[in-house]
Amino acid sequence: MRRHDHSRRAFLRQVAVAGVLGSTGLVIALRLPDSGRNVVARVDGCADFRPNAFVRVAPDDSVTIIVHKSEMGQGVYTSLPMIVADEMEADWEKVRVEVAPAAPAYYHTRWGPFQGTGASSSINSTWDQLREAGALARYLLVAAAADIWDVDVTACRAERGHVVHHQDGRRLSFGQLCAHAATLEPPDEIPLKAAEDYRLIGRSVKRLDTPEKVDGRACYGLDVVLPGMCTALIARPPAFGARAQQVETRGAYAVEGVRRVVSVSSGIAVVADSFQAARLGREALEVHWRPAPAPVSSDALRQAYAALAETPGRVAHEGGTPEQAMQAAHTRLGAVYELPYLAHAAMEPLNCVAHVQKDRCDIWTGSQLQTSDQDAAAEVTGLPVDAIHIHTQFLGGSFGRRANPHADFVREAVELARILETPVKVVWTREDDMRGGYYRPMHYSRIEAGLDKQGMPQAWQHRLIGESIGKGTPFEKALFHNGIDHLSVEGAVDHPYAIPHQRVDHHRTDNGVPVLWWRSVGHSFTAFVVESFIDEIAHAGGHDPVALRLELLRDRPRHRAVLSLAAEKAGWGTPLPAGIGRGIAIHKSFRSIVAQVAEVSLLADGRPRVHRVVCVIDCGAVINPDTVVAQMESGIAFGLSAALYGEITLEVGRVRQSNFHDYPVLRMSDMPEVEVHIVESGAELGGVGEVATPPIAPAVCNALFTITGKRVRRLPVGRITT
Amino acid sequence: MSIGYSKRAVSLLVNGRRHSVDVDPATPLLWVMRETLGLTGTRYGCGIAQCGACTLHLDGEAVRSCVTPVSAAEGKAIVTIEGLAGDKLHPLQQAWIDLEVPQCGYCQSGQLMTAAALLAANPSPDDDEIRAAMDGNICRCGTYRRIHAAIRKVAGRSERTQ
Repeated sequence: MRRHDHSRRAFLRQVAVAGVLGSTGLVIALRLPDSGRNVVARVDGCADFRPNAFVRVAPDDSVTIIVHKSEMGQGVYTSLPMIVADEMEADWEKVRVEVAPAAPAYYHTRWGPFQGTGASSSINSTWDQLREAGALARYLLVAAAADIWDVDVTACRAERGHVVHHQDGRRLSFGQLCAHAATLEPPDEIPLKAAEDYRLIGRSVKRLDTPEKVDGRACYGLDVVLPGMCTALIARPPAFGARAQQVETRGAYAVEGVRRVVSVSSGIAVVADSFQAARLGREALEVHWRPAPAPVSSDALRQAYAALAETPGRVAHEGGTPEQAMQAAHTRLGAVYELPYLAHAAMEPLNCVAHVQKDRCDIWTGSQLQTSDQDAAAEVTGLPVDAIHIHTQFLGGSFGRRANPHADFVREAVELARILETPVKVVWTREDDMRGGYYRPMHYSRIEAGLDKQGMPQAWQHRLIGESIGKGTPFEKALFHNGIDHLSVEGAVDHPYAIPHQRVDHHRTDNGVPVLWWRSVGHSFTAFVVESFIDEIAHAGGHDPVALRLELLRDRPRHRAVLSLAAEKAGWGTPLPAGIGRGIAIHKSFRSIVAQVAEVSLLADGRPRVHRVVCVIDCGAVINPDTVVAQMESGIAFGLSAALYGEITLEVGRVRQSNFHDYPVLRMSDMPEVEVHIVESGAELGGVGEVATPPIAPAVCNALFTITGKRVRRLPVGRITT
Repeated sequence: MSIGYSKRAVSLLVNGRRHSVDVDPATPLLWVMRETLGLTGTRYGCGIAQCGACTLHLDGEAVRSCVTPVSAAEGKAIVTIEGLAGDKLHPLQQAWIDLEVPQCGYCQSGQLMTAAALLAANPSPDDDEIRAAMDGNICRCGTYRRIHAAIRKVAGRSERTQ
């Protein structure tokens, strides 16, 4: 039974802001408009039943479910409606999906007053919210039938789009009931369905967005067309921190189809009738850039990080007496791990359509953080936030890039639209997108362990160096603990291994390079460091990597179960063909635990070839099993791209890479077989979108060690000479 | 005076329909499909024939429309993702649905067009032939295994796709 408080007025709701990733308990109160009351809307003379912000039932029996998470491939346009539809006993065939506008009713349940999609939280943060939304709709439809039949509500039940009388089998469809249901008061308490009664949850329901994604109909931000719309490309600074000093526009204006050349905060916009004209116009533009005050180069940054690693950082975690334990150790080992900047490189380059009018601003784009986009647009236009309308489109991938608290790609489009007064689509070329910053931070780790005579680690000292993603964003307060951005150390301060003496510290850097969350955020580097080094410890101490981990995970039954199953399914310990090695890694992120075993060989030219990955996930419970499998395949492919190839490098402030020829990503011939096993532990609901990415790099590199005898301590792997 | 840009009428046969468009003949076919004809199913991904998102058929052959000037398509039959299905879905489209291939979906038009050209030329490709044909099409969601399986499923059918 769930307690509901649907007062008729706006109510005060306690929202626990647990950080973006849910760790501490800062509690704030904020005002939300009442999204839970009955609203009767007259549409075409018919009464729609809208019990809350997530469901609409129409007289034609259609059930429209409003999805407030952005669809970027992870399947939320199907999995979230499944939760609502199951709870309300809707007929799945009658379910339609509508994209939510940007509005307070759709704020994230754990992020405070922010609407957004991320941190692999779409299911686990909406599970209660959506079941309650579905249950309220069901309850009122049943109550409407009971009213009409003049029987007690307990005499009827909802069943696949109808309310049925238990005894005599009378039926009324949801559509027939919606007008009356809309007049009823919500109850104080609404019973939720029992898990054994689920019809959809737990089944591999087909994705609702597939048909339009196989025939070209699916509309991404780049596909949006408005009457009178222009297309703009922006000449962007060649280096981070550079600024336009002088612009010669004559050449651009000479290109047929170029309408205007306009300065915006991100560069010089060439506005034209078509992409081609805008592109030629931009090429013909002569911009003199004032150089960045302190342009950085990757090599120099690596040296600076190495120097920083010699000095103690701010302590993120300390337990026992690590220094004494290190002194007393029988064996000591240490290593340095380095990871580069990474671009998200989603298939759909960034773009944004904006239209600013006197009293409103409309934005069409694939947004992952609608509230920040709204705030930026409000700031640019001077309009109130509720006059900023975000029309969220399909995202052609994102991986965090379109969840920008600084709203870079939205802000510039709104600036331009405000000047032009006509709708404008700002298109980023692939090169713009690749060089536009907001990268996964560069990372440097120095780590040491002290082992006892039996080869068991007693001391662990880990120093992490890198930039903060949360600094200067509205999430800073929630993310920072003891002066450290949790996103810089997550997965390192809370690794699961029972080592008595530990110290983890951190140096925060700022290189003037914009950084952002990139699928799995801090875990994308900490898992590589921790899981590679644990493997080094196992080999140094003469232990099997699985056996050592199991011993150090003795107090972590979920981890042990996941690791054991992965080892078993991969045939850990059984012989492999010559030249193939096996490596294992396990990592917890976003409340889920994932273990992977990779089988790897070396090609003649020294490039690794990953043949097979066995992947085990414990995400508590599963809504749509095939989506979980798809996200494991996806997360592995994404992590493998980075492990094998991914690297953004800077040269005097300029990004060296520009497109897929010099920023290679995984292709079909690189894709391993992937075998997924799901553990339903019944633990709290975990995420799936990002959690398969962290373990793959260490699993692959640990496998490479077994065939080459060499440790890969710097990514990307590149070629290995033996 | 206009620089590098002069429009003329270009006649195109797209998905069985004839169009006359007034464009600079050097314009990449991709942008004529997307902007002039409104066929936005053909996607822009890289602009340099590295990712395959813009793949369409010219006289049955898979080409990268982002680097194909519209003038090169004159006199040829163009088929885009919008024209791939006949009365019913192309078997590959159906297999894509059956095996739940797409995630974000952005690259899938190009994947399907490349796969359809492959099967038209070679109805029973083996695993390596599939990989070789599809290697120019990037998917950042990593749906490669399902793409491969879907092509194999169609290639294994008794009635061949054309």
